[in-house]
Amino acid sequence: MRRIRTVFDLEKWKREIIAKQGQYETEISVCGGTGCHAYGCKKVKNELVKAIRKNGYRSKVRLKFTGCRGFCERGPIVTIQPQGIFYQRVQEKDVPAILSETVAQGRVLEYLLYEDAVTKRKVTSEKDVSFYQKQQRVVLENNGLIEPTKIEDYIRIGGYQALAKALGEMTPDQIIDEVKAAGLRGRGGAGFPTGIKWEGCRKAPGFPKYVICNCDEGDPGAYMDRSLLEGNPNLILEGMIVGAYAMGAKQGFIYVRHEYPLACRNAETAISQARKVGLLGQNIMGSGLDFDVEIAQGGGAFVCGESTALIASIEGKVGEPRSKQTHTVIQGLWGKPTNLNNVETWANIPMIIQQGSQWFSSMGTEKSKGTKIFSLVGQVKNTGLVEVPMGITLKEIIFDIGGGPQNGKRIKAVQTGGPSGGCIPAPLFDLPVDFDSLTQVGSMMGSGGMIVMEEGTCMVDVAKYFVHFLQEESCGKCLPCREGLKRMGEILEGITDGQGNGESLFLLEELAQVVADTSLCGLGKTAPNPVLSALRYFRPEFEAHIEQKKCPAAVCTPLIKYAISQGGCTGCGACQKVCPTQAIAGERKQPHRILAELCGKCGSCRDICKANAVLVQ
Amino acid sequence: MKPKTVNLTLDGALIEAEKGSTILQAARQFGIHIPTVCYLENLSPYGGCRVCVVEIGHNGGGKTFLDTSCTHEVREGIVVQTKSPRVIRARRMLAELLVASAPNVKIAQDIAARMGLLRVRFPMEDQRCILCGLCIRMCSEQMDGRALGFAGRGVTKRVSLPFETRPETCRLCRGCDYVCPGMVAPCPGIKEPGELCGRCTRLEEMPNCCPTGTFGCFCERNPL
Amino acid sequence: MDYKPVEGIIGRYQGKRTALISILHDIQDHYHYLPEGVLKKVSARLEMGLSNIYGVVTFYKSFSLVPKGKHSITLCLGTACHVQGRGKILREMTKLLNIEPGETTRDKKFSLQVVNCLGVCAIGPVMLVDGRYYGEMNSLKAKRIIQKLGTNKGGGKA
Repeated sequence: MRRIRTVFDLEKWKREIIAKQGQYETEISVCGGTGCHAYGCKKVKNELVKAIRKNGYRSKVRLKFTGCRGFCERGPIVTIQPQGIFYQRVQEKDVPAILSETVAQGRVLEYLLYEDAVTKRKVTSEKDVSFYQKQQRVVLENNGLIEPTKIEDYIRIGGYQALAKALGEMTPDQIIDEVKAAGLRGRGGAGFPTGIKWEGCRKAPGFPKYVICNCDEGDPGAYMDRSLLEGNPNLILEGMIVGAYAMGAKQGFIYVRHEYPLACRNAETAISQARKVGLLGQNIMGSGLDFDVEIAQGGGAFVCGESTALIASIEGKVGEPRSKQTHTVIQGLWGKPTNLNNVETWANIPMIIQQGSQWFSSMGTEKSKGTKIFSLVGQVKNTGLVEVPMGITLKEIIFDIGGGPQNGKRIKAVQTGGPSGGCIPAPLFDLPVDFDSLTQVGSMMGSGGMIVMEEGTCMVDVAKYFVHFLQEESCGKCLPCREGLKRMGEILEGITDGQGNGESLFLLEELAQVVADTSLCGLGKTAPNPVLSALRYFRPEFEAHIEQKKCPAAVCTPLIKYAISQGGCTGCGACQKVCPTQAIAGERKQPHRILAELCGKCGSCRDICKANAVLVQ
Repeated sequence: MKPKTVNLTLDGALIEAEKGSTILQAARQFGIHIPTVCYLENLSPYGGCRVCVVEIGHNGGGKTFLDTSCTHEVREGIVVQTKSPRVIRARRMLAELLVASAPNVKIAQDIAARMGLLRVRFPMEDQRCILCGLCIRMCSEQMDGRALGFAGRGVTKRVSLPFETRPETCRLCRGCDYVCPGMVAPCPGIKEPGELCGRCTRLEEMPNCCPTGTFGCFCERNPL
Repeated sequence: MDYKPVEGIIGRYQGKRTALISILHDIQDHYHYLPEGVLKKVSARLEMGLSNIYGVVTFYKSFSLVPKGKHSITLCLGTACHVQGRGKILREMTKLLNIEPGETTRDKKFSLQVVNCLGVCAIGPVMLVDGRYYGEMNSLKAKRIIQKLGTNKGGGKA
């Protein structure tokens, strides 16, 4: 590892790395994101390491264990350069063939290729995969090309060039002007103009100043920040160093959730390598800038994603938010000016500096510039991370990129913005996705979580889920959030239990309004959104629960019944074996039936029935 | 030397308030009453009960928002309404939530009576601690007992001693008891489940209900 | 109780207050819970009030003041997992192990907890057992995994 003392050192080292890595004929990238880990990517990688060594390929084949590629549905993902071959769902047993056929002889293994859901054709290269085609992966692009634990990989693809440009050719004010001109808005959910935030911090009196990266990503269903920090931690570091220079900060923190151990480890490695190389510490690249970064861990609290709660957490206190009358850029960590930005926001900075604000603002819409990474999950065919220019419609994301419904049922709604957002019903899918359009219909873009829900989802159940979630995560300081959410949960529980009455909805709405109006922090203020948006678009479902004591989607346990279709049942008896309450009666080869009084509604019978003969009503 | 002041509009009146003071302090100075639960003069404001919310806007118009007057510092040109319909609606619901969880704490009944609450639409509980945090602030700010703190979070939040044992720094000064609203039982005593008091709002009962014979429930805590 | 590792852990973070949570995580990794005596040492070394430390430990869900079970089972509380049927799995787990989330079985074999979104939503519902991720769970598969762990007499992780 080198020490980079000047801009020229960086250039020189980059050329040396390219020359050194040019010796490899083939590069195999194995996705090492947490999602692929669950599918066994580590075994695949270890097997490849062994096989490469055994076949004597070590000097010819470079194996890279990269960060998350985004197409988590199809993990483990293995790509082979320079041919650009894209293999999905690779297992340990496929390794010998990959080496002997593809690497040695250039033959493609058909069964590992991605099959397009619509055309049913197999696709060889990554750029032809329909999941990736409509995307514009400017931020996530390099996740598949670099090993996050090797700073050399990052430098090879041009890393830290933006920093060199900022330190060598620009003044702090010029940098802030550039960020303002680019129109970058915070990617954590609130969408505050980043340039203006930076300016506020720069102008604020006080010393020392701090910059913080928020990787608390609590929104359930969102994991963009995890992938970014896991897969390309140097990108975030570079953004933070540029920011520190622009705002005059001396110390930075990356606050990582405890639930993201791999992101934490990779960030630690990047920091220690950056320090060794001289990109963190004193007199960075000879510019006179002294700046260092530390990792601060979370302890399992969603509320710590809120900026003042996060700052309290770093100070070693409980994650209780405080009034934001005085913004954190004026008084933040230890009462000093503090600039807090989301991971994705920091990740956009190097590009803006390197390629200019005009390039950045050419993407997106008038008020929402650039791209946004979404995590498309739920009941959709192609789940994973999607990076698209702002302004693309929901329909394009869910159907063109997502491939449509997972189980072939009709898509009912999509939940955006996590617990601060709301559901958007299918008829509104022509809406463009940006900071403002979704807010107008009662939801919000939020941090980027998009959860697709098919017909079999009960919207009352979803509203109840979010209220319970926020109740668990509320810090408990203020009355409306602590008690209000509890009472909202009680009302929704009553409705799904069949105990709702005519007043329930009215009381729910009244309560929701006050919780939104009087809560101290964003958690409480936006807590009613999921409920209010569900009521706005799916009121008949609520009314069905209350008036007819029925759950149209057949989800709410107290209101449903399990039964076996007499025509469909083959009498195999598999359900009888797994029923924990012995509630299924029937002879072998005769249609079985469920005894309602004994049925615990656990669903085990439906899970195991091969004939799909178990009905839920 | 005269302290720096700012000009703001409070309930329609243009007033001058000392810079660095809060809306609540300014309101009290001008005789405008704002009910509070978790606020006590000489202890730092907490902003937890949200009962003292007021509607705040700006001179030039635009959107207004609600914030607690005990924590919100006065700023030049703000327009404050302490009894707008939005504020009243919010306070009524907060009162309903408070009295539903702690009907046997006098201040909860007081606020409910003040807001004219006639019924509670939530299942009643019987908490004796309203999590106002006054005891904690008294202990740490005035008495340096360093014994009390919040533990847990959300609905399981509670006031606690570290590891449920009284530390040596606690001198049994009883400051915590002194400031605790939960120590004050409602005037006619412990309530039946679901019972709301509000007698002080009913003129014919007023002289008979208060044991000290003063002007109803709005005595020490909520000066008229 | 052996307090020697505590000094090392605090030293690793230079006794900084900003590292309190990291210190507590490391302590819990070592002792499998947060012993009162150790927390008192942390309070003294970091010069932070014991009330504050106690408040922090009871506020954050990752920390436990009582020893955790040999096998930790974590269910993801995320929306995507919920929509794919996580609720049923949780019901089965609580019935099978006879404990609520946040508790440990009496024989100290299993600790059950729910966690806010693990960030692997694409393969939901997700269950994390002893550091290993299991995707696309349903109540049946979950039951089988637990039963296999329960009969594993040997020490160490499954």
